[in-house]
Amino acid sequence: MPYVAMTESEKQQMLAQVGVGSLDELWRQILGAETLPSFERLPCGSSELKVTRHLAGLAHRNATDLMCFVGSGFYDHFIPAVVGEVAGRTEFSTSYTPYQPEVSQGTLQAIYEYQSAICRLTDMEVANASMYDGGTAFFEAMMMAVRITGRRRAVVLGSVSPIYRTMLQCYCSNLDVELVMTPPALQADVRSIADLLTPDTACVMVQYPNVFGVVEDWRPLIEAARERQVLSVCSAYPMALARLMPPGQMGFDVVTGEGQSLGLPLSFGGPYLGFLATWMKYVRKMPGRICGRTVDQNGKPGFVLTLQAREQHIRREKAMSNICTNEGLCALRALAYLTFVGKQGLVDVADVCAAKAVFAREQLLRIEGVRGYDVPFFNEFVIRLPVEAGEVVGRMIERGFAAGFPLGRYFADRRNELLVAVTEKRTREDIRGLAAALEAVLNECR
Amino acid sequence: MQLIYEKSFPGRRGTSLPELDVPAGNALPPTLLRQKPAELPEVSELDGVRHFVNLSRRNVSVDTCFYPLGSCTMKYNPKFHDRIADLPGFADLHPLLPQLRHGGALTQGALAVLYETETLLCDLLGFAAFTMQPLAGAHGELTGVMMMAAYHKDRGEKRSVMLIPDSAHGTNPASAALAGFEARTIGTDANGNTDVEALRRALSKDVAGIMLTCPSTLGLFDPNIREICRCVHEAGGLVYGDGANFNALLGRVRPGDLGVDVAHVNLHKTFATPHGGGGPGAGPVGVCEKLVPYLPTSRVMKRADGSYVLEYQFPKTIGYIAPFYGNFGVIVKAYAYMLTLGRDGLRRVSDAAVLNANYLRAHLRQAYHEPFDRPCMHECVLSAKHQIKQGVHALDIAKALLDAGFHPPTIYFPLVVPEAIMIEPTETESKQTLDAFIQAMLDIARLAETDPARVKAAPRTTPVARLDETRAARSLDLASRPAAP
Repeated sequence: MPYVAMTESEKQQMLAQVGVGSLDELWRQILGAETLPSFERLPCGSSELKVTRHLAGLAHRNATDLMCFVGSGFYDHFIPAVVGEVAGRTEFSTSYTPYQPEVSQGTLQAIYEYQSAICRLTDMEVANASMYDGGTAFFEAMMMAVRITGRRRAVVLGSVSPIYRTMLQCYCSNLDVELVMTPPALQADVRSIADLLTPDTACVMVQYPNVFGVVEDWRPLIEAARERQVLSVCSAYPMALARLMPPGQMGFDVVTGEGQSLGLPLSFGGPYLGFLATWMKYVRKMPGRICGRTVDQNGKPGFVLTLQAREQHIRREKAMSNICTNEGLCALRALAYLTFVGKQGLVDVADVCAAKAVFAREQLLRIEGVRGYDVPFFNEFVIRLPVEAGEVVGRMIERGFAAGFPLGRYFADRRNELLVAVTEKRTREDIRGLAAALEAVLNECR
Repeated sequence: MQLIYEKSFPGRRGTSLPELDVPAGNALPPTLLRQKPAELPEVSELDGVRHFVNLSRRNVSVDTCFYPLGSCTMKYNPKFHDRIADLPGFADLHPLLPQLRHGGALTQGALAVLYETETLLCDLLGFAAFTMQPLAGAHGELTGVMMMAAYHKDRGEKRSVMLIPDSAHGTNPASAALAGFEARTIGTDANGNTDVEALRRALSKDVAGIMLTCPSTLGLFDPNIREICRCVHEAGGLVYGDGANFNALLGRVRPGDLGVDVAHVNLHKTFATPHGGGGPGAGPVGVCEKLVPYLPTSRVMKRADGSYVLEYQFPKTIGYIAPFYGNFGVIVKAYAYMLTLGRDGLRRVSDAAVLNANYLRAHLRQAYHEPFDRPCMHECVLSAKHQIKQGVHALDIAKALLDAGFHPPTIYFPLVVPEAIMIEPTETESKQTLDAFIQAMLDIARLAETDPARVKAAPRTTPVARLDETRAARSLDLASRPAAP
């Protein structure tokens, strides 16, 4: 009986004390006439060894040696071993939501330190204990703006990741909220977007850097929004914030983002980490758990979950959100990553990414027929190929490179464009290899 | 304990990072540079390790003690599943890979995990299809009720009311509201079951469906559940099954067979992912045949040649509720868990979970009030009704258990039982552990009679005493700010 401690003799003793003769009798008392189902697909049990072999076989059928230049919001950054080591402490992983604070100070203090780290990185005043992912956090930020302004219209820039734009559309389908999507552009035309910020608009939503990797100065748009009492919301790439003007300084009202780049493996799409930060004046409209510092009966400092009256288990249908859990262990990993990489380390990682991206772009633009855009970027950039990018990517995969993301998949007028991301894990040789392989593939295609 | 920021020292470094092997430089706009680095910790690797290890010691957890938190299924999860999710072939896989041309061939193992987990869950719950996308239980609820909304809309019906029994999970009303429904409560009858007469009266052309928790948060199996499903169907509604308590039904009862149209299960409660101090989890949603067209995109399909492929063309889909295919790292563990236990092992889980809960009930009802006198399922709900006479509340009993070395049960939930104490022992605990817990509960009940002040003074042995929650909410201190320069 794997993982079930009960022996046959104990079972008999316990049944006797419950006052039934057998398990079947107990089940009959509970379920009445319900009969046992029969299963067609569920196999009989297997040993740990056999299951491990089977799963290792499946893992082996996935690419593990592909050179990854795909980003699009999800990045192959280096994770120091110590991050997994401390976040893997089972006192953290096998505890529940810290509803009993006296015996959950470890989790609670870690959440408080995580909230502090997000505030320091984004230059905002308050962050929640985390959300499912960057996309759901972005949606929650929109709903927050709706609650704060009492308006039910959101302007979403076309340069926001299509993954997040489709998620917003899905979530809004039953809510009386109008989404206005602007045409996708490498760099936003602030004046034309400002014209869309009507008096019934709750917020304008942007991405920083945007889906094309371009770093934009959002201050003029934020200013235009503020003049119209429209809130500004951004989804930010936290690694880029090590070097870029923090969103708080820029003036955003709500800052969200995907925290995967802070020490979480790519893991085929999850678990990830959504962060959400804002100003204290909006804290009571913010969704999600929040941890606060207080004192115990004896005046000793300690931590508790606070402002729970906003949450679904208390407010029920009038809650800020239906979100119940946070991504506790993922937030802990992000805190551990930011701790061990540290203040200067994060700047160094960002610098290495940025320098390698510049180097990669130079190498790629040397190839005949490959063009670029003259725009500022962090570690991800667009190149234009002489042929359809999707086809090129397919051929590059056969040569061992995930060369980038073909933008034609999202944007019909960008069929020849490739979005290339470079992290600190890619070496000079990797980048040279990418350029050589691309040149060879383009020669094949000509 | 000091904050990590208070342990920092200027210039101290933790880890060694990848070197710069290309010329320095960047393409950042000079006017948009950060003026000074974010004030993140500056500690050595050792100082950081000590910080986190010592923090972890200020937690109690399943791995350190009995944690009978009702409604939360705090069972022991096999360790080898964590290792499996960490295999490089899973952990390092970029989610956009299968969306690239020829990329599907490089993710066959991961797609197989998704498809096969879905298949096993369909069998276990009696559904036609599953989506693995929902990232948590409440996210699964939302996905499910959004599909219900899409179903009615597709049929040209305007149904705006969602019925929710007061013994359902606390997240249900908020999920219904987010899918555009008005939540309406249905009461509980004297036996602890959903009030079927009240339900019949509430049914109308406006009702989209009902959100049932089975077993309910009272830990009870509702014998009228088939009748409830029949009534709701007859009125044109759909039945949502909150499967957060599915641990009690594993291998015994399939929601699909009962008449439930759509349900989520919590992979983090029932299927081997530990709770992580509050996530990550996963809340896959299963549906009966008529709701299959509304499932979120994308979906994994199996081709005739045995290969797996992502499909996107589903005209009636509710769309994208997650960035990719769900919390894959959690799904892998669920798959391994189902393969390890198999159909017989899963049934032994519910056998032991139910017997353990009834064993606790048999002993504890001597000293604690039992609101409904009938066998429970995976958890037993008692109350501190007898103890209040001495001024001892459920909260005090919970805190006294901390001193006895146990994590307390859930208290004050479900709301239908005043002073509720909700105990879920799970299947992985031994009789010795249960006996020790029973002894502690009976000792506290006795102490509540003889020396109630002592119970109210608990806890004495924890890292901190009872915390000032009012102060926490009044003078908000939610982040540590860097010292002014």
